[in-house]
Amino acid sequence: MQITVKLFARASQLTGRSEVVVELPEKTNVGEFRAALATQYPELQPIIDSLFVAINAEYANDDQLIPESAEVACFPPVSGG
Amino acid sequence: MSIAESDRLVQLTDQPIDSNALTQFATTPRSGAIVLFLGTVRELTGDRKTVALDYDAYPEMALAKMNELVDEACEKWPVQKVAVVHRTGHLELAEASVAIALSCPHRVDAFEAGRFLIDELKVRVPVWKKENWDDGTTEWVHPGE
Repeated sequence: MQITVKLFARASQLTGRSEVVVELPEKTNVGEFRAALATQYPELQPIIDSLFVAINAEYANDDQLIPESAEVACFPPVSGG
Repeated sequence: MSIAESDRLVQLTDQPIDSNALTQFATTPRSGAIVLFLGTVRELTGDRKTVALDYDAYPEMALAKMNELVDEACEKWPVQKVAVVHRTGHLELAEASVAIALSCPHRVDAFEAGRFLIDELKVRVPVWKKENWDDGTTEWVHPGE
């Protein structure tokens, strides 16, 4: 399946894009998704371990499955305030 | 205790924050304490000089998380009215990037609820700042990265 992933801050800067498309097998969990993202977009490799993954605007754990129609976002540690 | 929708104001804005309006929003005759917190653009970080900050947000999630924090604050403290507003876009020195205004019957609760909201906002709400240093370089800030 193909998932469109929103990117923010340095993740967006490194790829030069605010969204990327990631090709994933069915029943991919967040940990596997992170590995696929780093493989398909190697410019994210340096920050891949510190990226948060959000599914439908909620923080996701590495063992959570990515639903096919989910809104997925990836971003480095937040720095608002 | 939950709070009525009309007693909360949660916003992202690319316009300057009107802190007087937020204080006014939080004011009610039932409260005895109103706390206003403003986070502002600071010039010095260690010995480096900032000339401006740019803020980016994941709007849907930032608003959801800000509302979640308000819900939690209202469960822990007797918050009567509360406004949480975060700025996005380009900010000059001394401008407010975030504002929290809230009212409670008594000051201890008001201070504690305000402290909780700003501390948790900085950890959970997907907003990022980019430093514009005085040497012309820019840099996204990602704590702990």
